[in-house]
Amino acid sequence: MLPPYSLEQAIENIVREEWGRILASIAKTLGDLQLAEDSLQDAVEAALKDWQKNGLPNSPPAWLITTARRKALDRIRRSNRFTRKRTELAYLIALEHRSPDLVDPVSIPDKRLEMIFTCCHPALAEKTRIALTLRTVGGLTTDEIAAAFLDTPTAMAQRLVRAKKKIRLANIPYEIPDKEALPTRLRGVLSVIYLIFNEGYAASSGPSLTRVGLTDEAIRLARIMAHLVPDQTEVQGLLALMLLHDSRRLARVDRAGRMIALEFQDRKRWDKSKITEGISILKSALQQQQVGPYQIQASISALHVEVPDWGDTDWPQIAALYNLLHTIQPSPVVRINQAMAVSYAVSLDAAILMLDEIAAGHDVSSYKAYHVARADMLARMGQIELSKQLLEQAISLCDNATERDFLNAKFLALYP
Amino acid sequence: MQYMCLIYASESTGPQHGSPEFGPYMQAYQEFTAKAQEAGVLIAGEALQPVVTASTVTTENGKPEIMDGPFAETKEQLGGYYLLECANLDEALKYAAMIPTTRHGRVEVRPIMTFD
Repeated sequence: MLPPYSLEQAIENIVREEWGRILASIAKTLGDLQLAEDSLQDAVEAALKDWQKNGLPNSPPAWLITTARRKALDRIRRSNRFTRKRTELAYLIALEHRSPDLVDPVSIPDKRLEMIFTCCHPALAEKTRIALTLRTVGGLTTDEIAAAFLDTPTAMAQRLVRAKKKIRLANIPYEIPDKEALPTRLRGVLSVIYLIFNEGYAASSGPSLTRVGLTDEAIRLARIMAHLVPDQTEVQGLLALMLLHDSRRLARVDRAGRMIALEFQDRKRWDKSKITEGISILKSALQQQQVGPYQIQASISALHVEVPDWGDTDWPQIAALYNLLHTIQPSPVVRINQAMAVSYAVSLDAAILMLDEIAAGHDVSSYKAYHVARADMLARMGQIELSKQLLEQAISLCDNATERDFLNAKFLALYP
Repeated sequence: MQYMCLIYASESTGPQHGSPEFGPYMQAYQEFTAKAQEAGVLIAGEALQPVVTASTVTTENGKPEIMDGPFAETKEQLGGYYLLECANLDEALKYAAMIPTTRHGRVEVRPIMTFD
């Protein structure tokens, strides 16, 4: 006998899996994301009733798409947009009389890529891009997204409605950007996915464990992207990077929810299957020889997770990769990380010199990562008093409880 | 679809009239206008006289109330506009980015409302 598995759950899973593809397809036909979403939502509600009574149809996605089209037709007929939507209407009427079983789900054109580009359009605010991608492509509910952002469901619903209104009225296209714009726009999409991941990753050690789902969701979105644009190696780079980071999820926090530094993590608790998959995706990406920031960061992550012990870390290689990353994407954060690697690969003096150079070029007074790195190096040089001062400064800059506890513990270790 | 490109900049920044940079700046505007015209996207475009010439009107019980100055005293002021016919926002933004004032000011792009 099959394990107990409710029909509601089955329906929920199907909807979650198929939501993005169906929504993208209807949205493309209707040219109206809000109408498409409302119609699909109608179809899902109809499915709950119909499937419970009549059992699952042969092809649930085909059933959902046919019903959603009919619901869209109803909505257009009821609304005053009758004349404006004439073309869409004609198309929908033509489709209306087809039986769902005649719709081949494989033949539903996959328009998710177009929709991802629309949701991550630079004319939308960053938070809106993230929320809209989770809603439309990921199929998360507004309540789930609101919880992830610690927002009220009403505020999140308003944000999404406004965004869809802007997309419609300003005519943000459902298109894959042209060759000229593609690299920049693709970077924008990947950055949205990575922000979703980091939102979940940072929270997975905090009090709001509900956000853990975001790391999985980001990985799922990256898988979809990797499937849709297999020739873009940075997509694979990002997927590999997230898998490798996520492989350490269980080892990053202790039972009390406190953060554990990489150095002290129990490597047996790292997820081997994620490491294997991440490294294999990274390898195939690197073979294409179109290196980019995500592939470099994934390579650094791979060097960390490949070795059985902190003492075996290949620091010269990591320092070199940070150097390469800095030439492509210069930032003080990258330099600070490079200096940390140099402190192990070359010498503490060389690393301090690098930090001095950063301080000469930037105002580092409110730069937490800088103070933490310098404090770490000074402590290793035996300059405990100075190190203590810098850590205190870093702690005062913390706005995240878990991180503050982490630095406090570091502080106590230096100064029991 | 029509898009209004509203050109905002501080009047004291950017190439000033009589400075050596002013000629090339105007030249860039002429080139942009020609380009938009050639591509068939240009509907209209004008520059406005400086903000000291602005008057603002409201009516109170049907009676006009006139004030000296712009609608809002901000650092950056509306200095001109282009009305463009574009396929979608991406195309409108592509042209907006070519407007010479974007180098020291900002261009707001808004779709024109259609009534049907």
